[in-house]
This record gives sequence, C-alpha cells and structure tokens, in this order.
Amino acid sequence: MSSEKWEGYSGLLLEMIRGAGCEVGDEVEVERPDGSRFRGLLMSKTELSAENIIVIKLPNGYNVGVAVDPSCTIRRIAPGRRPAFTRPPTPPQRPDLPRVRVIGTGGTIASRVDYRTGAVRPAISSEDLVSLVPELYDVAYVEAEVLLSVYSEDLTVKEWELIAERVYQVVRGGGEGVVLTHGTDTMHYTAAALSFALQRPPVPIVLVGAQRSSDRPSSDAATNLIAAVWTAARAPFGEVVLAMHSWHSDDEVAIHRGTRVVKMHTSARNAFRSVNASPLALYRSGSLEILDADYHPRGLDGFVYAPGFSDRAALVKFYPSMGPQILEYLEASGFRGVVIEGTGLGHVARRWIPVIRRLTDSGFFVGMCSQCRFGRVNMRVYNTGRDLLAAGVTQLEDMLPEVALVKLMWTLSRADDLEGVRELMLRPIAGEIGARILPEVACNWTTRS
Amino acid sequence: MQLDYKELGLRVGLEIHRQLNTRRKLFCPCSTSPPLRGGARIEVARYLRETQSELGEVDQAARFESRRMRRIVYLSDPSATCLVELDEEPPHPINEEAVRIALTTALMVGARPLDEIHVMRKIVIDGSNTSGFQRTCVVALGGEIRIDGLAVPIQTITLEEDAARIVRSTPSEVVYDLTRLGIPLIEVSTGPVLTSPQEAARAAEAIGRLLRATRGVKRGLGTVRQDLNISVRGSGLMEVKGVQELELIPKVVEFEARRLKHLQDVMAELGRRGVSPSLVESQPIHDVTGVFRDTGSRVIRRKLSEGGVVLCLRLPGFAGLLRGEGEVRLGRELAGYAKAWGGVEGIFHSDELPGYGVSEDEVRSVRTLVGAGEGDAFVLVADEGARAREALEAVRTRAAQACHTIPDETRGALQDGTTVYLRPRPGAARMYPETDIPPFRVSPSLLAEIARGLPPPLEKVAEDLMRRYGLSSQLAWELIDEERVEEFEIIVGLGIAPSVVASVLTEGLKQLRREGVPVENLDTERIAGYFRLVSEGATAKESALQVLAEMSRDPTLGPEEAVDRLGLRAPPLEEVRQFIDQLVRGVTPEERGRAAGRLMGELMKKYRGRVDGSLLNKLLLERISAS
Repeated sequence: MSSEKWEGYSGLLLEMIRGAGCEVGDEVEVERPDGSRFRGLLMSKTELSAENIIVIKLPNGYNVGVAVDPSCTIRRIAPGRRPAFTRPPTPPQRPDLPRVRVIGTGGTIASRVDYRTGAVRPAISSEDLVSLVPELYDVAYVEAEVLLSVYSEDLTVKEWELIAERVYQVVRGGGEGVVLTHGTDTMHYTAAALSFALQRPPVPIVLVGAQRSSDRPSSDAATNLIAAVWTAARAPFGEVVLAMHSWHSDDEVAIHRGTRVVKMHTSARNAFRSVNASPLALYRSGSLEILDADYHPRGLDGFVYAPGFSDRAALVKFYPSMGPQILEYLEASGFRGVVIEGTGLGHVARRWIPVIRRLTDSGFFVGMCSQCRFGRVNMRVYNTGRDLLAAGVTQLEDMLPEVALVKLMWTLSRADDLEGVRELMLRPIAGEIGARILPEVACNWTTRS
Repeated sequence: MQLDYKELGLRVGLEIHRQLNTRRKLFCPCSTSPPLRGGARIEVARYLRETQSELGEVDQAARFESRRMRRIVYLSDPSATCLVELDEEPPHPINEEAVRIALTTALMVGARPLDEIHVMRKIVIDGSNTSGFQRTCVVALGGEIRIDGLAVPIQTITLEEDAARIVRSTPSEVVYDLTRLGIPLIEVSTGPVLTSPQEAARAAEAIGRLLRATRGVKRGLGTVRQDLNISVRGSGLMEVKGVQELELIPKVVEFEARRLKHLQDVMAELGRRGVSPSLVESQPIHDVTGVFRDTGSRVIRRKLSEGGVVLCLRLPGFAGLLRGEGEVRLGRELAGYAKAWGGVEGIFHSDELPGYGVSEDEVRSVRTLVGAGEGDAFVLVADEGARAREALEAVRTRAAQACHTIPDETRGALQDGTTVYLRPRPGAARMYPETDIPPFRVSPSLLAEIARGLPPPLEKVAEDLMRRYGLSSQLAWELIDEERVEEFEIIVGLGIAPSVVASVLTEGLKQLRREGVPVENLDTERIAGYFRLVSEGATAKESALQVLAEMSRDPTLGPEEAVDRLGLRAPPLEEVRQFIDQLVRGVTPEERGRAAGRLMGELMKKYRGRVDGSLLNKLLLERISAS
C-alpha cells in the first residue's frame, strides 16, 4: 500500500514515480521508447486499475491510463496541488428560527469520492454538508457537529448508545429538533434503537441519509436534508423518524416512523418503505402532510430516556433444509435470545422444536417474526405453529424482524429473566407493534420489458 | 465583402459525434433502438446542484447552469429505459461492443489507443443527464485523416453517452425524454488546423465517411452532431454546438469569422476612443422605470404591467458601436449575455433608439438620468427586478471585455448558419473520475484482433464498385452514402445489370421517398426477391418502382403477391409471340422494315413493366426478319 502521495500505485511503477520525484497532483510527462509522450497531472487511481498503468489527467480534463515499463521515462514538470474541498461561504444564521442540531455519523450523505479506492467514503463534515445546502438557513438556525464518521455497516450497539446519549444532551439543552445524518445501510436499525432509547421525545429526532453521494449534482442529499431539517424544526410531533425520498422524484420526502421502516432497495432513492403502516407524514416543499394523526405531540410529556443495548441477541433467517444447530451455537456462545424470521405465518421445520424447547426451558428467548416482510405472524393456524408456541416461542405480532432484534437487544439489557423479556417484548413501546394492518392502496406492479 | 481567412488567422477544429449502432446502451443493457410502445411512461421530477471537481474547483459552466435552479422532469419509457438512466442504479461496466467500434476507428486513422480507458464524469447540469454529468472517456489519441493532400491531425477519439432529448423548456421547468440517454456516441475531434470554411466542411465529410466505414454507426436524423471550435488570431475559442447538417458548416464558420473580425474592429475602435474595461465595470445600474410610465413601447408596457422595472446601463464611449452589419453586431452579443444570464427576453440599446415604440423624448430622458452624453451608448432591460439586474450585470461584464478581449464562449448554431451565445466555455474543472465503472484494459491481443478485421475505407469501396461494375463515381458514392453496397452486390449477383440495380437503389428509392412512399419499410430480402423475379422473366425491370412502392406501403407483402396485385406478371411467351405476329401481319411486307419503331411502341404500350423491353425488341425483329 502506497502512502497518500502515491495513492493507488505500487511495485515497479511506484518506484519509478518516486525515483522521478513525483507525487499525485504534480505535472508530469511520460515518454515511451516509441517517442510518444503523455503530459498532464499525475492522478491517484483505483485499485481496479492494472499495476503497470500510470493515470494522467490531460489538459482537457480527461484521465487516461498509460502502460509504463522500465524503458519509459517519467519526468516531473512542475509541482501540483492536492485536491481539497473548499467550503462555500455560508449565509448568515437567523436567530429567530427554531434551533436544529445536525449531528453527523457518516454515510453516503457525507461522502465524497475516494480517488484511491474508487469508492465513496465519509469525507465531508456536517458543516460542509449544510454549507452546500444554503436553503437550510432559511428553515432553521442550524448548528452542525460531527459525532462519528463511519460506514453504517460498522456501527455497533456502542455507537447507538453514544448517539442516543448525544441526542439526549441536545434535547435537554433546549434543541428544538435533531437531525442525524447517517449511512443508509443500517439507518433503520439505528432509528429503531433511538425509538426505544428516547421514548416520546419532546422534539422530532430525524434520521436522514442519501443514496447518491453529495459530490454528485443529482445527489438526493440536499432534498432529504432540507426535508429533515424542516421536519425537525417544525413538525408537530415528538417522534424518532426517518426522512428519505418517497419515490424517484425529488418532490416528496416520506417521514417514516423509526420502528416501521426498512431499506428495501439497494440503490434507488426511495429505498426506504414503511411496512405494515403508512409513513407518518409526507414532506413537500415547505409543508408537511400528516398521514397518521396518532402521534406523540411535541413536549416533555411522557419523555423517557432509556439507553442501554445488549449485543447478546441475534437475528436468524430460516430456509428449507436448515437445521437448528445455529440456535445451539448461539446459546453456547453466550447469546441470550434470538429473533427468527420464519416462513409464512411464523414457522420453522418441525425438527427444530425439541431444540427450541430445551433452549427456552433454560431461559433463552426465542421470538418469531415472518420473512414475508408484510403481515402479522399467527402461529395458531397450523399444527407446527401451535407446537412451536408450546415449545416456548413468543410470536412477535407485526413487528419487523430488524426492529424486533433491536428491541430484544434493548430488552436484554434491562430484563433479567425470560418472563421479563417476553413481557417487555410484547409491550408496545414506540409504535413497533400495530393493531390494524390496512389493505394496500394501489397495485405496485409495473410492466417489465 | 470577402474575408481574407489567412490574414484573419482563422483556425477551425471539429468535434464530430455519431451514435453507435450497438445492441445495448453504453452503461446499461437497454436497447439502443427499442420497439417503442408509447405505453406506460413515468414522469420523474429532479433538481441538480453544482458540485466541486476532484481538484476542489467549481466549473464556470456548471455554476452558470445552477444559478437557475430549474425543475427538471424526465419522461421514462420502460421499453427503453431502466433504473440506470434514472440515476437510480449505478452504471454497469462499459459496453465492449462500443469500445471495439471506437478502437476500430482509432486504428483506421492511425491513432494510439490508450492502454487503460478511464471513464470520466463531465459535469453537465442543464438536466440533459439525470446524474448531472455525462460519462465520457478517451479511447485513443493522435492519428490523422487526409483531405486533398492536407493531413488533418486527430486529437482524441472518445466514447460518451448520448444525452436525454429535450422535449420542452420554460424558465422554471425543462422536460426531457430519457429514451436517447445512454446510447453510445463516438466523438472524433481534430486539431484546430482547418483554415477555411470549405476545408472544415471537407474534413467533416471525411470523418463522416470514416465513421460509416466502421459499419458500426447509426444513420438518419439526429444520429450526427457536429461541434466546431473556431478562433481567429488573438480571439478566444468559440465552441459552436449542434451543427446538424454538413452543408451548414461552411456557413457557420464564415459567420463566426465575420463576427470575430467585427469584434476585433470594435475593440480597436474602443482603444482609439480610450475606453477602459475598468471604466465600464464601474458603471452603476440605474432604475429608469419612471421615464416609461406612459411609453408607446408594447414590450415595456407589458413588462411594467407584470410588475417589472426598466433598468439602464450606460456604456461610456460605445456610441455607434452596438450596431453592425446584419446579424454581426455587438448589440446582439450583449443581448445574448442578457438572455442567457438573466433569462430576459432581450435588450434595447441606444444605437437602435428611438424605435420599437421608444420615443425620442424617452431616449433624451434616459440619457439625462444616467448621464450618457452623445459619445456614450446605453442598454435598457425591462423585466422583473432581479432578472433585469442580472441581465445588465452580464451585459456590463461583456461590454468591459469588449475593450480588451474576445472571451471563450460556448455558442449554439442556428438553422440559418448564425450562432448565439449559450454559456461560458467549460474547463477541465468539470471532469472527475467515474468511480462506479472499472477501467477498461485495452490488451494487445484485443488490438491485434481488431486490426485483423479492419474494414476498408469508403474511398476503397467506391474504387472497387467503379472498377468491378463499371459504375460512375457518382452512382458508386450514392450507393455508399445510402448504405446499400451490400444489397447492391447481392442483387447484381442475380444477373441484373449493375447500372439498373444502382439507379433503382439510389435515384429510384429517392424518388419514391420524395413522393412520400415509406421506403424504410423495404428490406434487402424483399428487394432482392423482386429482382429475382425479373431475372427469371416473371416481370420486367421497368416495374421496379411500382412494385417497390407497393411493398413499401404494405410491409407484409411479398414480391410475388405485389407483382400479381399490380397485374405486372409477364404473360406466357407464346401469347406475346401471337400478339407480335398479329401486329406484323397488319403491315405490308415492304413497309415492315420502316414500321419496326412504331410496332415496338405498341408492344411497349401493352407490355411495359411486364415484359422486358429488350426481349420484346428481340422477338419483334426475329418475326420481321422471318417474314
């Protein structure tokens, strides 16, 4: 691995570049034995580029890859300057507007292209981010800070606790709304975690991300961020919510309840959907349409700060021919409970039953959700379900599997015995268990071509 | 007045773009010629923002576009577009079929293919690309084409994705159709070595032929776009976009040469008058709305009734310099900047006033208000306040430049051969790497394979046609230009005279097209099928246009049915002989020699299109000499 001065280069070519006294950003010239010359800026390159290729930015802006071997000459023509992000000047803050704290935790929304690996990586700060969206200063008195700078797949319960604590401080300190910028991959897990750790919060706590990094003109970051800050500043509810595009268009952002939302698309802007519920609200240029009036209103009434998560809980997806050894492994490894994504109404193979009975007898929690994604589990319809219930499985209603896992992690850090865990798991805390599932409004099917 | 291009130091470079006829788009598996059903179309609304390049700079052209935050609407037809065009899925690796065509082009002109192709993002935030950038990559550098002994150096051969097609545009919203987005485009750009309008046109034609020789490009309307880079000695570079037809190239070049010459003359005159850029820059913008309360100008009245204002900028020492000859005048340039930057409809300037309903009194009042003496000019803009101000600020900047420079510009070509200012010329700052697409390694073995299968240049194809089939140069080139060489060779192989086939396939089809016959419905199989009937004597070649027209109108009709439907099937030879016999016997033996011409006329009248004329002639002469 070469240092930043020679990002992406290695082996013989790296030696030649260093030998010529060149580093990334310098103006260089490569001459090949046939007399052909390539002159331009030496660029860092991606790891997908072949080892003998030097990447040069021509004066017309194009990068080109030139194969170099020891018969070639590399010359340094002039020193260059390294790429740097310069923050545009920010407009003046308006103290008459609600105070919203934007807390950065990382992710695509705060990412720029990494010219070494070719991937996007967390690189710009929350301040940089809000400075790119000057409209925010007409919406709220925005204060930005960076708490974490990590890919969301690297988050653990420790970071959830850190985030919850920081949000709690901000809320206690008089913040009128909180926005968390977050990587989208696990944003719904964090949303669920904050929903349990900060129950009935006095102000909106809005998680927001982007599916296109902020260094692209078409990034969804600005639209989502404006909607998130607007919601944090002015929404009538005190809830943990997640703000992301409702569809392919930039015109509308869905405000999902933190315990009702999952990421259901790898790349599209409307990756997040509320499941077994409608979004709480829809944001459209400066106005909020409330879709579910049954929300907790702003205010300190009923606010509970209940931090603490255990990582001794697991989520297991059942598939045909799968054996129950995974459960035995989990118990032996010190886990205290599992949420199973069963088939259909909430089933696993019958041969799992003796193992489950033994585990629950020893105080290990086994909860059942469905891998169907939509609908409620009901284990009284078929024999297998009834037998699983008899073996000690707890059916988790219409809870989303990811949310049930997060709730179990939260529950295990505060309930000591199996009865206590069961009771807490089935007690509605933050809208994670719903009473009524409504028919779908419209057919979501499109023609393929 | 004829311009002396040499003295002017005219330099023209070309960027010729052409769509490739690949099966798939450049970065996704959508078809490049989808069967459009015109059915389920979705409309997606977006906004684009300026960003910084990897060098931390914001491009001037990108900033220009993002000043106007417009709502962009995309129409997406699912038979032609997927999530990639909607910028909802990362691009797939580059289409190798397209890379091969570009490499073929490179090898045909002796360009040096790069060892590794790196796809770039070229920031374009007018909305024509959903991502806010056009993906583009250099495939090869160098090489040359020759026109009349002049070697024209090729600078780059690039591959890029075609942009979405604009459907309509207003100041607040622009609508694009995504069907075209992502179709591979090849761009061949030459060095700025062309020194006359005619030379530019010939070079463009030569590059067009080169691309067609690859057999990998699409044809027809909208598949070719030509950009011209034009400068004269001491001027900035004019990048003129979107010249669709070859014939327009010399006109555009001549117009630009004339325009740049005029701007140089204006600059020299301003120098003589001692007008400095800083003097122009320091001019304030005045509100002169009060002067026009009761104006006779309809335009100004309308703008004022919509709540607009009239703003004025004094241009010290500019009197008489805003008008010029025809479309070549500084006033038109200033109007271009006002429209582009302020989004206003236009300007009034003092060289054309009084006029357009603006009275002499009003002109005098304005002059007094802004302190403009006889030697000064002024520019008026009537529009909404902020827009009018932005427009005049752009005018001020451009007028100050007029004192000492001719700035780089991106201009648009119009149908009449003139050009208009579009935006500043983008720089290298708008390019950054497309990190979603891995670099494409151009291996020596791939190059060797392409070199082995290199198609002949079209000049060689034309030579062959002339030599082997005795065609004229004109017919040979027409076959090439109509891309019917292969079809021609198949039909000639059936034993039909080459000159007959060539004229039917070129002049004949052109005539039908002029008459509105949908000849694009014809395929080689049906055309060859018809000529097979001719070669078998089942019909005569004189029926060609009738039969081809009939088959064009009915795409399911076969040649046999077409001939029968039109009643053009040849009668049995015996029947023809009997008719000839009858005719000949109607003439006395001593008159028969002289009557041959008249009898032939009667035969043709009866059998035209059914029986070959030469066959009729032969049978008639046989009968006469036998008697």
